[in-house]
Formats: sequence, C-alpha cells, structure tokens
Amino acid sequence: MKNYRFFSDLKKYRALLLMLTPAVLFFLLFAYIPMAGIVLAFKQFNYQGGIFGSPWNGLENFRFFMESGDAWRVTRNTALYNIAFIIINNLLQIVTAILLFEVAGKWFRKVTQTVLFLPYFISWVVVGAIAYNLFNYDVGTLNVMLSSIGLGPVDIYNTAAYWPLILIVVSAWKALGYGSIMYLAAITSIDTEMYEAAEIDGANIFQRILKITVPNIMPTVIILFLLAIGNIFRGDFGMFYNMVGNNGLLFSSTDVIDTYVFRSLTTSNEIGMSAAAGFYQSILGFATILLANYAVRKYDKDRALF
Amino acid sequence: MSATTANPGRLDPEIRANKGKGKSSDRVLLAVIGYTLLTILALFCIFPFILIISSSLTEESSIIEHGFKIVPTQFSLEAYSILFKYPADMLKAYGVTISVTLIGTAVGLFLTSMTAYVLSRKDFKWRNHFSFFFFFTTLFSGGLVPWYLLIVNYLDLKDTLVVLIVPMLMNVFYIIVMKSFMSSIPEAITESAKIDGASDFLIFLKLIIPLSKPALATIGLFIALAYWNDWYHALLFISKSELMPLQYYLYRLLGNMDGMRKAMMQSGVAMNLDIPTESLKMAMTIVATGPILIAYPFIQRFFVQGLTIGAVKG
Repeated sequence: MKNYRFFSDLKKYRALLLMLTPAVLFFLLFAYIPMAGIVLAFKQFNYQGGIFGSPWNGLENFRFFMESGDAWRVTRNTALYNIAFIIINNLLQIVTAILLFEVAGKWFRKVTQTVLFLPYFISWVVVGAIAYNLFNYDVGTLNVMLSSIGLGPVDIYNTAAYWPLILIVVSAWKALGYGSIMYLAAITSIDTEMYEAAEIDGANIFQRILKITVPNIMPTVIILFLLAIGNIFRGDFGMFYNMVGNNGLLFSSTDVIDTYVFRSLTTSNEIGMSAAAGFYQSILGFATILLANYAVRKYDKDRALF
Repeated sequence: MSATTANPGRLDPEIRANKGKGKSSDRVLLAVIGYTLLTILALFCIFPFILIISSSLTEESSIIEHGFKIVPTQFSLEAYSILFKYPADMLKAYGVTISVTLIGTAVGLFLTSMTAYVLSRKDFKWRNHFSFFFFFTTLFSGGLVPWYLLIVNYLDLKDTLVVLIVPMLMNVFYIIVMKSFMSSIPEAITESAKIDGASDFLIFLKLIIPLSKPALATIGLFIALAYWNDWYHALLFISKSELMPLQYYLYRLLGNMDGMRKAMMQSGVAMNLDIPTESLKMAMTIVATGPILIAYPFIQRFFVQGLTIGAVKG
C-alpha cells in the first residue's frame, strides 16, 4: 500500500521532479560526492589509486597536521580574525545605518550609500592591487605620505605585526555598504508610531535611537551575529590570498585554515594532510553551526535554521 | 521571518527622516556627528579608487621617483596607450570573462529559479526533503581537496571553459532567497492555470518567471557579479593563457610583471621598450574593473532593492 502510494506520487510530481533534476545532480556531484572524498583524510594518497584506491594510513595525516605546529596557529588566526570582523563590521554597519536613516537628507543619503557600497562590487584581486598601491615599500602611497611628514618608510609586506590591523580595516571597508543596507532595511521597517509616541513623551533623538531603534533591530543583529558565528572557522580565502599571497614572512599573523589547505594542496602537494586539515575545518564548522543554531532556538524558535 | 517586509507601520525613509526635523539642539548635534562621520566613511570608501585612477595616469618616472600620489604630478596616458596598443591578451581575457559571465548568468539564473519554483510549491509533498538536501551542503562539506581532485582527476575539466562556468552555476543562498520571493506569489495563480490544463513547466515559464522579475534581476546581478569577479576557479584550474579570465589575468600581471613583459615582446613590442610597470599595473586594474565602475551607478539600486526584499531571510 505504502509503496503503491510512493509510485503514484512519483507520477503525480513527475514534472516537478524533472525540474529539480539539474539542481539535484549539481549538488550531488559538486557537494555530496566530495563529502565521500573525506576518506582521503585517512589515506596515503597516490595518483594511481585515486581517492578510493589509495592505501589507508589511519590518523597519520591528522597527527602530521597537529604536530607540524600549524594546526593551532591557523585555527587561532581563523577564529580571531572572524571574531574581530563580526564585532567591528557589525558595529560600524549599525552605526552607519542609523546615521543614514536619522540624519541624512535624500540626496546626501543616495550619494553616500552609493559610495559606501562600491567596494563590495570589486574583486579581491583589485583589492590586492589597491593594497599594493598603498603598502608597497618603494612607491606605496603610505610611505610617500609618511616621508612627506618626515617619518621613515615602513616595510608592511615584511612585518607580520601590521597585518591584523590591515586585514580588519580592509574587511570593514569591503563589507560596510552591504551590511549597512541590510540594517537600514531593518530600521526602515520599524513602526513609526513608536517614534511619534516617544516624541510626544519628550524623548530626544538620542534616547529614541537607544530606546527604540536599537532594541528593534536587535533580532536582526542577533541572527546575523549567530549566523556569522557558524562560519567562524571559514576564512575568506579571496581576501587573505590576494592581500598576503604566499608570503611566508607573514604567516604567523595571516595564515588561516583556508590558505593553509590551499597551500598544502597546490604548493607542497601534501594531499593527505591537506584533506585532513579540510576535514578538521568542516567538523569544527559543523559543530559551531549546530551550537549557533541551538542558541538561535533558545533566543527565538522561529528564527532557527532547523 | 518576514518582519522586515510586512510591517504596517512601514514608511518611506525619506518621509520619515525629514519629518518633524526641528531645530532642537539634540538634532543639530546628531546631524553634525552624522554628516561628519558619514562623510569620513564615504571618503574612506572612495579614496582607494581615486588613488588607483590617478596612479594609472601618472608618468612612470614620477612614480619611481616620488611614489604613488593622490594627485598625479606628471600626467601621462602612456600606460593606457601601451595596454591598448597591444591588446591581444587583454582582449582574450575580456572575451573569456564576458562569455563566462553571459553563459553562467543565463544558465545559472534559469536553474536557480526553476529549482526555487519547485521548492516554493506548497502542494509538492517532498519539498522539505529536497530543501534539506540542498541546505545541508551549506552546513558540511568535503573540503577543498576532494572537490579539487573530483574536478581535475575524475571529471578531467582542467583547462576548460566549463570549469569556469559549471561549478558556480548554483548557490543555495540564491535558491533560498528566490524561493521566499516566489512563495509570496498567490497560489491561486498556479491553481487556475492548472485547471486550464497548463503543465508545471509551462506555469513556471509563462507565469512565474514574468511575476518574479525583481527577484530575477537581483539574483541575476549577483550571479553576474560573481562570474565577473571570479579568479579563484582560474587560479585552481587554468594554466593556458588563452583561457584566463580578466581578474586572473590581472592577478598574474600584478604578481609577475616579467611574464607580462615577455608576453608583450611576443605580441610585437620592441625588445628594448621600457614598459611603465607601476602605472601599467594600475591601468590594468582600472580596465579590469571598468565595466563594473561604469555600470555601477545604474545597477546599484537593483542590488539595494533586492537586498531589502530578501534581507535577513537566509
């Protein structure tokens, strides 16, 4: 009986199922089959055997990754950068959205919004070119400026200590427009009557912002925060790779899991260990997403992902 | 979830921001802070663009001697004239990027919307199962290595145009945004068409697509932007110079001016020609970004609309 129903459903939905087929095949091929390739993390890869024919070597790849001392460094960098990005970018975006909403006249807002959104549209390669323009030792704008006020040049590309600051600023720069528009959308949807009531009660504009705007966008803020926390072990490869590249002098402060996995795969050809590091990242990511989702459920059931 | 879209108190920000703008001191203070901060942020966002434009217009010798500056001291179009005098490689890269962007956007948008439509059909019994099937791929992945080996060793797609298009065709986030947009189309439309005997695919093509124009425009622009800016797939899979997309070509040029020099010699530049390396890098950056910078003011508002429609729904 149950089987019969399944087949009749199959017939009933045949057109819809056919329409889903390309997407199902796409994700099967590019997402699910690579998941099976995780076994590679437990194998000694060779090209004759391929993913499934290579001999097993247990936890050897993981041991190698952990003992190289890189594991801690890249995990710490990935998590710390993402935490800094989440906090600083969101704060800046919220303040910008509130100001755009509260003070700016139509014309000023349009121009500002357009300008702020511009960095979002360019590729990380172009951002890399901009960084080169600014930070190059011999001809970079920064050193030109420093020397014009009588200070000596700084060697940015050879000094690891500058990079956390640079990467944080670049991340804020690129994400500012996009994020502030998201928050602006949330602010725009706040019920106007609340503002009117507050005004009648004699609240000044700062009180209104703090007591009405901020609490009202809090749900959006918290959801975006929690979603971002779920991605805390994923580095933005495009950003790190184009800003830093394979500059080993800077790895102590710039190497994240993604760049590490990429490098072990392409330059040092450590395929097994690279797969192990990727697997480690996936597991960490999956665990944090579950945790973040659990937190969302506690906060607001309807907003949980699952 | 839809708190941002369906709120009775919603009012155009223009009207609201200007409403009751009195002269009380707190408002003046906020206006001073606001205009100052926003102006600083706007300058901060635009400054780098001004910098590369003016560097690309500066005489090379002046750059070598004094470095990049905000205002060109010795104006020169030499970098651009060299780029356009021997444009073979650049045009090839442009060709790759344009074809990849056109094909990828058309096919990707079609597949994304078709998938989203099926998932938005409330009478489709297995829609939650399939939604989870797609959604799960954002939670967990096999990582770079198995994906890379699949494409290189098993599908044998290295150095093909396909590898620049196919892996980026669909994105779960776009499917979700599109699906939530399509869910807001009244069911009655589908139902009545069905009674008239239209097939599911025809309903999608003739009814849903025309009704979804705003979402299609937004997602389409996002997909197009992703293809235009993609350099990652080329970094991994492309080594033939004739298949290099624009951004990757720029990436190579930034890192390796010697290679550029060689390519220029091959394409006919005299051996002893002094190539203005620094200004050329910046000129190439402008050329690679150009179409986006030009189209940007026109398409920007679509992005804003789309973001506002689908905001915080994923």
